[in-house]
Amino acid sequence: MISVKDLHKNFEDLEVLKGVSVEIEKGDVMCVIGPSGSGKSTFLRCLNLLEKPSSGRIIFEGDDLTGKDIDLDLHRQKMGMVFQQFNLFPHMTVMGNLTCAPMLLKKTPKEAAEKKAMELLERVGLADKANEYPNTLSGGQKQRVAIVRALCMEPDVMLFDEPTSALDPEMVGEVLDVMKELAADGMTMVVVTHEMGFAREVSNRVVFLDEGVIVEQGTPEEVFGNPKSERLKGFLAKVL
Amino acid sequence: MSAWFDKLNETFIASGYYRLMLDGFKNTIIITLGALAISIVLGSLIAVVRYLGEDVPAMKPVVKILTFYVNVIRGIPVVVLLLIFYFVIMKSSEGLVVGIITFGINSSAYMSELIRGGINAVDKGQMEAGRSLGMSRLQCTRRIIFPQAVRYILPAVGNELIALLKETSVAGYVAVVDLTRAGNLVRNNTYDAVNPLLLVAVTYLVMVFGLDALLRKMERRLAKNDKR
Repeated sequence: MISVKDLHKNFEDLEVLKGVSVEIEKGDVMCVIGPSGSGKSTFLRCLNLLEKPSSGRIIFEGDDLTGKDIDLDLHRQKMGMVFQQFNLFPHMTVMGNLTCAPMLLKKTPKEAAEKKAMELLERVGLADKANEYPNTLSGGQKQRVAIVRALCMEPDVMLFDEPTSALDPEMVGEVLDVMKELAADGMTMVVVTHEMGFAREVSNRVVFLDEGVIVEQGTPEEVFGNPKSERLKGFLAKVL
Repeated sequence: MSAWFDKLNETFIASGYYRLMLDGFKNTIIITLGALAISIVLGSLIAVVRYLGEDVPAMKPVVKILTFYVNVIRGIPVVVLLLIFYFVIMKSSEGLVVGIITFGINSSAYMSELIRGGINAVDKGQMEAGRSLGMSRLQCTRRIIFPQAVRYILPAVGNELIALLKETSVAGYVAVVDLTRAGNLVRNNTYDAVNPLLLVAVTYLVMVFGLDALLRKMERRLAKNDKR
């Protein structure tokens, strides 16, 4: 579904990604782990071109997103993204957040967009918050709304950028539960995370990124159970 | 006290000069409102183009020109600008029109900076969230960034409006009878310096107080409307 070919990204003189290649198949739940500064978030943000790669190619459903004449906005509609800081629109109600993109970009009629939003809100247990403003919600509720906002566009893949890192510990579980449900439904997901439990339990592939390169990748059993490189062993010893 | 009232009557009413003062007041309002309209439209346009153009290589020259425009306008005293427009650029136009355009252009340079500041004060994540949903930069700016930026911009626009109102007092340089010029003419013709100038000062003061109260009310309304 997404194939990343020799991805490089520089910020000024700093080389953050030094040639990352990876294939993401339909239905994959791929967790990206690694120490801070390893380039995980940059890698994820390159997938939907929020960061412009310095070189390399991102092929999404057969189209090269780094190509010149590509309609990025159209492809981004099919790639949902969830941010560490939620980034809900504070001047709109929860319902406004959920319906504004489908109504604007897909020309979904208001009633249909609201019906779909309501169904999804019910699934994450927030139907009663539809008319609230984001800042009346807790962090965990905000992040669940943010996930629903992305889902309302009916994406083919969901990108998660450390979705639980800004949450109080007691709220991490509710967000992970929603993500687990999503994975069980067969959604293709790429998740940058520090939640090793989630990576081990839910993902089918784990990628360990360090200093801008993929040091090791494999099934959770391989990566967590039988790490080969010293760097991965050292990392796991610190986080597990 | 009654001596002062007699003097007021003599200076403004009996002489008929109250009509001149009213005309001056009217012209000050016309110039201020006209200039404000130009300033907001032009200022928003400059701000948005500079904001959106920053990341687009093809727009670089336009952004450079606009930045240059803003800096040039801000670097020239408004009286000089007024004289240049009246005597050089718009030679055959009426002073009132020249005034509206000059003050509008002058204010637009400041206005664009205020608006740009407000836009930049909105969290970067907002644009990213909009883009990640598939919205274009323009759609994000209009629907997500701008509505949030208004809250940051409005108080500054209020200050700019007050500054603009007072700046128009130099319109007399190009033969416009604004409030200040009217007061000065009355002073000249009646040999009463105190009352015409006092009236002019008090009128500006009352207008500024009024604007201030109005803007405060709008800010409160805005704060109430989005519960953040």
